[in-house]
Amino acid sequence: MDRSSLLNKLWEYQNKEGYISESAISELAKTLKVSTTEIEGVVTFYHFFHQQPTGKFIIYLNNSIVSEFKGFQQIKAAFEKETGCTFGAYNENPLFSLFETSCIGLSDQEPAALINFQPFTNLTPKKVRKIIQQLKDGVQLKTISSTVTSKIQYTPTDNKTVFFRNYIPGNSLKKLQNSSASKILNFISRSKLAGRGGAFFPTAKKWQYCKESNSSKKFIICNADEGEPGTFKDRALLENNSGLFIEGMIIAAFITGATKGFIYLRAEYTYLLKKLESTLQEFHNKGFLGKNILDIDNFDFNIEIQLGAGSYVCGEEKALIESLEGKRGEPRIQKYFPTEVGYLGYSTVVNNVETFAKAARIIELGSNFISAIGTEKSKGTKLLSISGDIAKPGIYEIEWGTTIRDLLKLCEALSPYYIQISGPSGSCINSSEFDRKICKEDLSCGGSIMVFNRSRSILKIQKNFMKFFKTESCGVCTPCRAGNQILYEKIKKFERGLCTQNDIDEIKQWGNIIQLSSRCGLGKSSPNSLVMAIAKFEDYFNLKISPLHENQHVEFDMETAIQEYDSIIKETQL
Amino acid sequence: MKNVSFKIDGRTCTAEKGQNLIEAAKQNGIFIPSLCHFKQQNPLGSCRICTVKLNNRAMAGCTINIDKGMEIEVNTPELLDTRKAILEMMFVEGNHFCPSCEKSGDCQMQKLGYEMGIRYTRFPHLFVERFIDAKAERIVVNQNRCIKCKRCFEEIQTNDGYQVFNFLNKGNKTVVTVDYEQEAKLSESQAEFAMQICPTGSILVKGKSVSKPFGNRMFDQGIEGKTIPFNKINKNTNNGQKKRVATTSLAGCFGCHMSLLDIDLGLVDLIEVVEFNKTPLTDIKKFSKRCDIGIIEGGVSNTHNFEVLRAFRENCDILVSVGECAIWGGLPALRNTIPLEDCLNEAYLNSLTSDENESVIPNHEDIPKILDKVYSNHEIVKIDYHIPGCPPNSNHIWNVVKNILFEEELTIAYPEFKYD
Repeated sequence: MDRSSLLNKLWEYQNKEGYISESAISELAKTLKVSTTEIEGVVTFYHFFHQQPTGKFIIYLNNSIVSEFKGFQQIKAAFEKETGCTFGAYNENPLFSLFETSCIGLSDQEPAALINFQPFTNLTPKKVRKIIQQLKDGVQLKTISSTVTSKIQYTPTDNKTVFFRNYIPGNSLKKLQNSSASKILNFISRSKLAGRGGAFFPTAKKWQYCKESNSSKKFIICNADEGEPGTFKDRALLENNSGLFIEGMIIAAFITGATKGFIYLRAEYTYLLKKLESTLQEFHNKGFLGKNILDIDNFDFNIEIQLGAGSYVCGEEKALIESLEGKRGEPRIQKYFPTEVGYLGYSTVVNNVETFAKAARIIELGSNFISAIGTEKSKGTKLLSISGDIAKPGIYEIEWGTTIRDLLKLCEALSPYYIQISGPSGSCINSSEFDRKICKEDLSCGGSIMVFNRSRSILKIQKNFMKFFKTESCGVCTPCRAGNQILYEKIKKFERGLCTQNDIDEIKQWGNIIQLSSRCGLGKSSPNSLVMAIAKFEDYFNLKISPLHENQHVEFDMETAIQEYDSIIKETQL
Repeated sequence: MKNVSFKIDGRTCTAEKGQNLIEAAKQNGIFIPSLCHFKQQNPLGSCRICTVKLNNRAMAGCTINIDKGMEIEVNTPELLDTRKAILEMMFVEGNHFCPSCEKSGDCQMQKLGYEMGIRYTRFPHLFVERFIDAKAERIVVNQNRCIKCKRCFEEIQTNDGYQVFNFLNKGNKTVVTVDYEQEAKLSESQAEFAMQICPTGSILVKGKSVSKPFGNRMFDQGIEGKTIPFNKINKNTNNGQKKRVATTSLAGCFGCHMSLLDIDLGLVDLIEVVEFNKTPLTDIKKFSKRCDIGIIEGGVSNTHNFEVLRAFRENCDILVSVGECAIWGGLPALRNTIPLEDCLNEAYLNSLTSDENESVIPNHEDIPKILDKVYSNHEIVKIDYHIPGCPPNSNHIWNVVKNILFEEELTIAYPEFKYD
């Protein structure tokens, strides 16, 4: 067994025994010839691995902000009441264990939970009671789980739809047959395809680096770890057009000369695993994968699926590679591109599901087709997952350059007030910016849009985001690990009504420091939303602060400070 | 390798191409502080103290290899402040009680605090309960002090190639753990090396921790400071009027007051230029006049401390927090990670001197109520100046006071600026 299969091995134990026992850890340590704490370090990094026995059914309830606004607390209470268990506790019930988890990619169907990784959506306390009763009665889990369908709410006219048009497997691959790697790369380059995970790195450039690398082995990795809260657009591709992005991977392999590919699938999407496996099998049967693909000599490429285990930061490409190597998902330092030093040290291309899918369409439809759609710098269409206070949550395929206002109309937003673009690490906008366009030139977007109306507390939104970041930070660098925690405390101070203008200024300054000095994208973007919200929703925050005390006193909550003492004294007096 | 030239803050420097920036800068006489970079090890980029800007992009200096024509910013006001802020984050994230730390005086993080002149932290202390692991054969890992630099991961391995130190958990719960089985394989000198490379007092070796006396420790050395006598103070600056001073000790030990008195004969000069109002030194209990300066020792642990501090703010033009307790809680804040109930039970119900089956915690309306934790003074009122130390050196205190009251030039010598 080599190190890179560690995650799979840990999953085996987790699934078989319900946890990863000390003996399992020492056995693995012995096999891999590493210290036991090194294995333990990996186990404790991923929140779907447990070190204590869990119940037969592990319930993960999503605690993202959309869920919170749609009744998370009631559902949480319902689960606790029906099972008699507490969230986060072990050894309470042989049947159930309850845990919270960050966004599971079902923001259009919240509140939602995963029970043994099967989805249960649009939960109500009544539904929860029924589910738990059925599970107690021994009903098969799969027969009662929800069928997740991505509602495709909008696609442009036929001549402008890129992703959700009729898909015939192999259509794009055919074009490889009488072509060359440089020609195909040229098509990608002309269509100005840029990383659709949100970083907008030119895809053709990335592939060219890998193509030109003299690495003895090359790898193509599809990042299907869409952990950014509020994002579920890749889920729609995995579900509806699973062949499309795989074709994109094959095209990338054709261009770069890679022989091995990985799909790093987030564990939250385990229910899509079967579908992906059967697509891969189908591709093998059709000769799209394996040896001499499409009868092109020496074009060999295989794809393996790697299941993640619960870690947001693994969506960062360098952390994803570490995770794939069987390590803790700590992002590597920003010294080398993965195309220089990637998986196991070899040249590696990492791209988002949507990027690969788009690449396949570019080859299939031609770069002229794509170039006719969109704006100067962003060509084609973009997949958006829209959720929150709207009548039509779901997937939207929009032409680049669509304004927020048009988008809000399409999804029938109900008095929109606060819009979160690209998830917590992205940016927020207020109503004065509704004419901004979604494209590289203006408002870049990774794929998540969350709409909130006036009744929603902005502080609650920020608190939810910051709690997410402080939990999901990999823990390696100081500004991200400590800084997010410090900002979280600041938000709590706000909630208690103890903040003044000084605190507003400090949030801006401290946010800046974290953004400037963090090691990877997580810390560099974690304060974004809070810092922006303070600037863009000034009126809201002005109502939350107290005037500076004339006597240079600092706001202090004496009542809370002595509460504990009073209650202890009360209990101990005769 | 050939030499190339590059620029640091506009100054032309030369170094071997590909050399690590921190080393290259040092050779050119420029100090870039860092707590994780250690000799030639793989750059870790974990502490972020060495954050610099390369071609206007912020990066960890330890991850940069010198190339021709690089333009690097190191000591711009923004970067200096960022560095200071990161170090402050380390102080508030852990529980760094310098006065009770075995590594104090030999601690690189503490030294960097001196270098950067950190008097107080802009961030509130988090006071997270942390674990001290003394189960291993030789090594003790004290999580209170760990800054997660990963030096020990990289540098310490058993002779047969096993990792001894590793991370557990993620996010703000990340901790360094020691592998007992592997640790037992380390030789005495390997274990001591681990303690030595730890930039804080997080890794200790049993029986080896305190070897050098106060004054002879690695970072104690420096030029002695000198004090200008009070009688040399230009009396014209205060129009012959004596300045009024008030002092108090809140949740402190009066050690800072003892240090105040340590100027010995200077006291005779002092009363020529200042008069004391409310202070334990004169036993004046209530403010009778408005004061120019209030010197506060100790933090705020109970309701009485709170009232006294607020009274000081109302009656003094300038407030100075003196000593670690006043600045962030200090030793009394050791209780901040322990539930208040446990503290009270330990003190009144389960202590060696309490009666058997004692069940009453003393309580009377005249007894101040204990707050949920010890607060720093600047969490209660605005504090104008902070003087660190446990206690601060008397020279240090009076130099600051003189500077504030009489605009006397301020010099703080290296051995006087201390957290312990």
